[in-house]
Order: sequence, then C-alpha cells, then structure tokens
Amino acid sequence: MIDYLWLLIALPLLGAATMILLGKRIGEPASGWLASVFVLIPFVIAATLTVPFLNGTEEPQTIFLFSWIPMVGANASLLWDPLSSVMTLIVTGVGSLIHIYSVGYMHGDERYPRFFGYMNLFIASMLTLVLADNFGLMFVGWELVGLSSYLLISFWFTKPSAAAAGKKAFIVNRIGDWGFLVALMLIFAAFGTLDFGVVFGEAQGLLSVGMATAITLLLFVGAAGKSAQIPLYIWLPDAMEGPTPVSALIHAATMVTAGVYMIARSAALFELAPVTLAIVATVGALTALLAATIAIGQRDIKRVLAYSTISQLGYMVMAVGLTAFTAGIFHLMTHAFFKALLFLGAGSVIHAMANEQDMWKMGGLRKFMRITFVTMVIGWLAIGGLFPLSGFWSKDEILGSAFAKGGFFFILWFIGIVTALLTAFYMTRLIILTFFGEKRWDDGVHPHESPPTMTIPLIILAVLSAVAGLFNTPVRLGLEHFLEPSFEAVQQVHPPDGITLWVLALASLIVVIIGIVIAYFRYGRGELPTEEGGYWAAALDGYGVDAFYGAVIVAPGKAIATWLAKFFDPKVIDGAVNGLGYATRSFGSTMRVLQTGWVRSYAAAIVAGALGVLLWMLWQGGAF
Amino acid sequence: MTVTVAWYMVFAAVLFSMGAAGVLLRRNALVMFMSIELMLNSVNLTFIAAGSELGLIEGQVAALFVMVVAAAEVTVGLAILVAVFRRRSSANVDELSELRG
Repeated sequence: MIDYLWLLIALPLLGAATMILLGKRIGEPASGWLASVFVLIPFVIAATLTVPFLNGTEEPQTIFLFSWIPMVGANASLLWDPLSSVMTLIVTGVGSLIHIYSVGYMHGDERYPRFFGYMNLFIASMLTLVLADNFGLMFVGWELVGLSSYLLISFWFTKPSAAAAGKKAFIVNRIGDWGFLVALMLIFAAFGTLDFGVVFGEAQGLLSVGMATAITLLLFVGAAGKSAQIPLYIWLPDAMEGPTPVSALIHAATMVTAGVYMIARSAALFELAPVTLAIVATVGALTALLAATIAIGQRDIKRVLAYSTISQLGYMVMAVGLTAFTAGIFHLMTHAFFKALLFLGAGSVIHAMANEQDMWKMGGLRKFMRITFVTMVIGWLAIGGLFPLSGFWSKDEILGSAFAKGGFFFILWFIGIVTALLTAFYMTRLIILTFFGEKRWDDGVHPHESPPTMTIPLIILAVLSAVAGLFNTPVRLGLEHFLEPSFEAVQQVHPPDGITLWVLALASLIVVIIGIVIAYFRYGRGELPTEEGGYWAAALDGYGVDAFYGAVIVAPGKAIATWLAKFFDPKVIDGAVNGLGYATRSFGSTMRVLQTGWVRSYAAAIVAGALGVLLWMLWQGGAF
Repeated sequence: MTVTVAWYMVFAAVLFSMGAAGVLLRRNALVMFMSIELMLNSVNLTFIAAGSELGLIEGQVAALFVMVVAAAEVTVGLAILVAVFRRRSSANVDELSELRG
C-alpha cells in the first residue's frame, strides 16, 4: 500500500492537466466533481496509510521514486511519517471539502474548469512540499505552491486589483524564497547533502551555533514569507481578491501553514539556535497582536478573516518558536478547520448578498441563511477559544507552553492573552454585524441560503471545528503521542501540569468572555457606532504599512528602474553598441585608401614586403 | 675561371630584379605577365643550381612544380587578359581600377 504513496501527488497533478487541457469538453459541473474526486482519492489513500501509525505498528519510512539530483542528496523520494501524514490529511481533507464547495460557488464562471485545474495543481504542489524527504524537493513544492497561489489570486485577472494582488503575493513570497534558497545553500555547504535524514541526524555534532543560527534565520525568512509574518505579511490581505474558496484553501488552511510546517520539520536545526527560536517566537507573538488590532477595524468581511488568519499564524509561529512543535501543529490543524469554515461561510454570505463584502451593508442575515448562520457561529466560538470547541484547546496549549517557559517568554504569554481578547472581540463584531440586528442592505438584494454543495462542506467543517480539540487535550494527549516519532529527537516545551494549567485555562476563558461581552455591548444593542477617523481609519488602512513599503522600498526600486530605462539603457548600453559600430565604420573608411585599384601599387607592396622579409632574414643571419 | 654556384645565384638575382622592375614599371598586362615568368624562372634557376651544388634531387622537383604552376597561372591569366582586351581594346592595367576602395 505504501508503494502507492506517489499517487497522492500524481492524481491531483493528472487532474490539473485534465482540467486545463480538456476542461472545456468536460463541461461545468462535471469538471468540478472530477477535480474533487482527484483530491478525495488521495485523502482516502492517506487515511488508509495513517492507520498503522495510529496502531503504533509502523515506523516512519521513505519511499524512493527516482534519482533527481543525487549529488546534492535531492531525489524524488517521499517521507511518510506522522507529521507528513497529519499535513497530508489536512491538505487533502479540507482541500476536498473546499473543492466540493467550489462546485456550487464557482457556478456560472466563464473559466470554471480552469479554476479546478489550478486548485488541483495547488493540492499537488502542497503535497510535494509536505511529503518531500529532502530540502530540494521541498523547495520545488514550495515554489509550485507560490505559483498556484499566484494563478488563483489573480484568477479574475481582468480586475486590475486582482492582477495587482497576484503580483504582490508572488513578489513578496519571492523575498521569502530568497531566504529559503540561501539557507539551502548553507545547509549544503555544511552537510554536503540536502537529505532530511542526514541533515537532522548529524546537525547536533556538525553545526556550530553561528552556522545553525544563520541557517535557521534564513529558513525563517522563507517561513515568514509563506506564513505571512512581520514584515512580509502584507500580501495576505490583498490575496482576498481571489475567489473565496481560494482564500479558504490557500490563504487560511494550507499554503500559509507551509512555513510553520517547515519550521516544525526542521526542529532539529532550530533547536540548535536558541537566538533564532527567541526571534521566531517574538515575531510570531507580535504578528498575532498587530494583525488582531488591524482586524478590529476592517469593514470587509473577508479582510477581517484575512487579518485574523495572520494573527492565528502568529500563534502557530510563536508555538514553534517556543519549541512547542506539537502545539503548533495542533493549532495548525484546528485553525485549518475553523478558518476554512469561516471563509466558506463568508463566501456563502457574499454569494447570498450578490458579491457585497462590506459588513456595514449586511445585518439580520440569520433569518435568511440558517445553516450558514449556525455553522458560522460554531466557527466564531471555535476561533474565539470557547470551551470546549477546538480553538480553546489548541490556543491554550500554546499559551500554556509560553507560560511554562517563563522568563522573557512570559511577555509573549501576555501578548497571546491580549490577542485572545482582541480575537474574541473582532469575531463577535463580525458575527453581530453580519447576522444580527436590522437589515442594512439595499432593496434589490435578496439573500438566500446556498445550495447543498456549499452547505454540506460547511456542516462537516463545523463538526470538525467543534470536536477537533479532543485530538489533544491535557487529559488525553492523542496528537502528542501520535507525532512522537517525528519529534522524538527534539526537546519540546509542554504546558504546565496540575492546578496551574487549570488556572491558565480559566484565565483565557474569562478573557475570551470579556471580549465577547464588550463586543456585544458595542454592536449588539441597536444603534451601531460610527467607526470613523483616528484609530479606525488607521486600522482600516492597515496602519499605512503598504504606503510605508511603497515609499521606502517600491519607490526607490521604481526610481532605479526608471533611471536604468531612461538613462543607463539608451546612453550606456546603446552607447557601447553604437560606439562599436561607429569605430568599425571609421576604421574601415580610413583603411579604404589602401585599396587603390591599381595592380602595380599592389605589386609594389608585395615587393616591398618581400624585401622587408629578406632584410629581416639577413639581419637574423648576422649579415649586418 | 671556374663557374661556381655563386655565379648562378647572382645571375638569378639579376633576372629576378629585372622581372620585378618590369612588373612595377610596365603598364601593359602582357608585358607584366612576361616579367612574372622571368621572376618564376629566375627562382627555378636558383633551385636547380642549389640542387646540383648540394647533390639533392629536391631542387629539380621544386623547379618542375614551379613550371606546372606557372603554366596553369599563365593559362588563366591570358584568358582574363583576352577577355579584358575584347571588352576594352586596351591592356593597360592602370585603367582597370574599378575595385578602388
């Protein structure tokens, strides 16, 4: 059975080729269903292959497919261990639900089959990334994920804003890719191979602290690009220009977790660099806080969720920075469920409101879309972190780990608690503005519940969001135990035991309830506050970070490019080429006088030359 | 007075110089050809003389080669000369300067 692991990547890839080449002939609903099957089969295979890990009867193994660049230890070979199996199940499981949802959501789009082709390509890329057993193949998946993300964000490329958002995501990600690529070079320089087994196995003895810090910092630059951390998070809110299922699949559930996964996978390297770990944890905590404060001020329902995603990714990055790798992966999993749910719910709302995304023009929708409303409420409580939904367990494990590590990390714990309060606040704001209160939409809009292809994935995700926390509770450490083979060589931080744990959990629960209550009093009682000017304008604008980057990085870049185009190219480059031509021509016109056309002058030249040679020979012979 | 190889060499040099002077000074293409023949044959003379002096057969071989080449050259050259003369009724090389750069 394990021999068929390659099908996990091959099937979605085949699906992508089929949809892109033959999609028009397959037609509208059929191509969507077919694409969903190409993701569903890998999910079934992955689930079957995960069972032996659950029994504890199987060791992690690598499956060699073919040689690619054996010299650097980068072959097409796949690693199947608990960590990659969890990631594969999330990618294919959430992925197939979102494919099914898209069958309904993308209905009527001109390039319907093409959309599913790109989605399948994304699944194949992401699985390459998580299944790779060396950094080389991982990098291939990493880049392909960036490509599919670009294709999907700018899927409606006739809208200039969508085209610009796609470019922005791609370029910002390339900055991260630069860090990743340089890290790979350093790894190769240090180990002579990119193979995970060798690198992680020998890191302890071979790497100096300086080298480990350099490698891990550069890896973190890559992770910050993909996982949208300070200072490279700016692409994610703009990525909301893509169709909503794309936001759910790529920019909430899977692609953005690649950075977290990569750090967790490279745990053995990060463990050797305490400085990097502190930086990673701090950046994560600050990103969580910053994005949460921006999310509060957003009016567009998808942008609230986008900043919320950045904030939650901050939690995950903070977790891996604390060396609480299991907690990070745990939050990654629960977040995949509830954030996919929230995005798909938001998509359902947008669908119902005829593409209106401004929450100020919604309100009172609970009466019109029962299923979307109930599932969104579950998503809200899950991300808010209310007992006993999934977000409560996974977030508390991260906060508990920060608390247990103590010292400096106590500050990060505090930031995390504040972020939890803000999260509860802005999510409550979103739910109240969308589903409660009076209707604020125009008369022309007729909200309606979405078709079953859209609501059934919502229901499944709602159930998962509710119960996924039980995979890893302090009472029964299921995921922790399951992931042990992947992290056995690494020293992890765990939340404190006994009474401290319960006090911490109670504290964060109280904080969450405070957040919800404040939001209720602010938005839930008739008159809505006018959120204009001051903080609200700044937050709506994302604190002007885009403008700042525009002035500090983009503008000088454009100035250099303009100078190159207006001066350097026409004057220096063209000047050199034209100068060469002019020199050749003038040399030729000087030399043409030698060609007199008189045979006797040529003869004279020959005689003179012969005499010259004769004299030279005589001189050499010693005649003079 | 014995005729040594030096005599032949001096004679050949004189012949060669005469040929060269003819090529440089005369304007008639036919005369220039004859001058070139003179130069070629003066060289032949040096080959033969040197070969005989040193007792080597190569001198005569080289002379034979030169004759063959000279015959071929004259054939082509005279053909061109005839063609030019038919066109212009003149064999003055100074008038044939169309290829001036």
